[in-house]
Amino acid sequence: MLRVIVRRLLQLVVTLIALSALIFIWLRNLPGGPVEALLGERATPERRVLLTKALGYDQPILVQYGKFMQRVVTGDFGNSIRTGDPVTEVISRAFPATIELALAAMIIAVGLGIPLGYLAARWRGRWPDNLTIAGTLLGISIPIFFLGYLLKDVFTQNIHWFPPSGRLTTGLDNTNVTGFFVLDGLLTREFDASADALWHLILPAITLATIPLAVIVRITRASVLDVLNEDYVRTAEAKGLRHRTIRGRHILRNALLPVVTTIGLQTGALLSGAVLTEKVYNWGGIGTLITDSISGGRDYPVLQAIILLAALVFVVVNLLVDLSYAFIDPRVRVR
Amino acid sequence: MSLLDVRDLSVVFQRRGERPFTAVDKVSFTVEPGQTVGLVGESGCGKSVTSLAIMGLLPKRGNKVTGEVLFEGTDLLKLRPDDMRDRRGREISMIFQDPLSSLNPVIPIGVQVAEVLERHQGRDRKQALRESRDLLDAVGIPDPGRRLSEYPHQISGGMRQRALIAIALACKPRLLIADEPTTALDVTIQAQILTLLKQLVDETGTALVMITHDLGVVAGLCDTVNVLYGGKVVERAPRHELFAHARHPYTHGLLNSVPRLDSPRGERLHAIRGSVSDNIPWVEGCAFAPRCDNVVDACLEGPPPLEPTATGGDLRCNNPVSEEVAAR
Repeated sequence: MLRVIVRRLLQLVVTLIALSALIFIWLRNLPGGPVEALLGERATPERRVLLTKALGYDQPILVQYGKFMQRVVTGDFGNSIRTGDPVTEVISRAFPATIELALAAMIIAVGLGIPLGYLAARWRGRWPDNLTIAGTLLGISIPIFFLGYLLKDVFTQNIHWFPPSGRLTTGLDNTNVTGFFVLDGLLTREFDASADALWHLILPAITLATIPLAVIVRITRASVLDVLNEDYVRTAEAKGLRHRTIRGRHILRNALLPVVTTIGLQTGALLSGAVLTEKVYNWGGIGTLITDSISGGRDYPVLQAIILLAALVFVVVNLLVDLSYAFIDPRVRVR
Repeated sequence: MSLLDVRDLSVVFQRRGERPFTAVDKVSFTVEPGQTVGLVGESGCGKSVTSLAIMGLLPKRGNKVTGEVLFEGTDLLKLRPDDMRDRRGREISMIFQDPLSSLNPVIPIGVQVAEVLERHQGRDRKQALRESRDLLDAVGIPDPGRRLSEYPHQISGGMRQRALIAIALACKPRLLIADEPTTALDVTIQAQILTLLKQLVDETGTALVMITHDLGVVAGLCDTVNVLYGGKVVERAPRHELFAHARHPYTHGLLNSVPRLDSPRGERLHAIRGSVSDNIPWVEGCAFAPRCDNVVDACLEGPPPLEPTATGGDLRCNNPVSEEVAAR
């Protein structure tokens, strides 16, 4: 097991290095750039040359990359071109917001998706199943930004159940410990802040959860249907076991393998969905940071770091998924 | 009172937009306490469906089960699902054909045995596992303590079937239904498993319903044999009677098609011509008629009745194989 983990971590390092090179080259080939953004359209060519030189963008791209990597291994991702703050600081401010949002969305998607998928399978071909299938189709096909604005319109304008944007009510004092506002409130016993953060979290989390929820429902349903036909479920019935035991121990445990894989793959969708969701609800996480960094003049250092971070999150989550396999399925353990 | 008294059991599969299919057609047979009864026939003759209907394990939708399944006088078909659930695994158990797919791949063997004891005998996990160890030992699994924590893929096919037998007999049921328990196993292992089954049912006084297409299994094990064709019992006889002189042309054909060591070299194996047809059986006469060598006009007019024979069995045939030929 340890060897598997070590091998996967080495693969992760290689992946990240290759990815960093790709991003580095790709970003610098995008039209426009920080120089134009900082100086404006009417800057003289001399000043442009000067700034390009000062930022080091006149050097060959490989040299630039080499210098970048040199700093990265010491944990220094440079400073944001836009604000001048260290990139690590900029990101550590935004990252917890996105993680909090993504986790909440995943809790909704998994917490609702697995039971719904199971019920649909048990009621196959009848109305609960048909309703669920229709719902998942809608969930998959509806664009996130559309759903986001729709929910926002209904639940913040027409009926004032939820706040329209942000992570906390302005003026509310909270102590920042981890950057996860709901958790911070609990840790510091500022329960009003925790509740307020949760209240802000609900709509964006639902918006972000729709696609993974729909996918998880479908995969769970298909997987449970497969398992229901297995001989060992019949054996379990022949033993006279209780419904509860058969469902948990014999059906779901086997049916969850494909679902777990899906959960891992959906983290990718979650990260990209977060960009849109955060825009709609003015969330101030990584998604917002990405859009600001691109439209606000190609903030190379910030963008590079974010994309690498996103890749890191994706690979690590999928590593965890693979490891959880071994936990669920003993046949994987042997290999 | 018989332990199990199956009366006119019918199972009709009905799917929307399709013709109803009668898989089991008014099957009746009895099993006395401690007796071993065989249900014999080729694939599709309704023997597995019969056993699943007795166990209440047929799918909830798409079929209609009629008749009576009296177990110690109680009609199992009329029991509430939860009451049937209380009896399954405790009073009536079943083992299945493929021991690999019949065991849950992600649960240790020990737990799969122990959960029956937890469910029906109120044991806690620790105690149930200790008893499971003894059960595995009793079915001849070597090093049973270690097997408890092993998974089905880690043990051999024969051991898996032994484990399933241990599960089925854990609560000392009155009746065990074995649905082709040796079909998926090597021939050498088959014999071991049959010997084990025989020994265990003898020791515990459990009655056994043996479902098989293999007459060799019947010969070694069963007291009484029911031969099924097209969902109906066509011949019923005590084992010796059946092997000595099978009267029904189908049974006769089955016996003749068993390869024999003492047959002359180069002689071709006997086969029953044709195959189980897709026609709705028994509506326009005897379902076996198209494959039968003894067919007479009456066979095409309507299904022959099941009638007692002089030798203490029952026979459903207009023109049975003559005593002389049968005794050959």
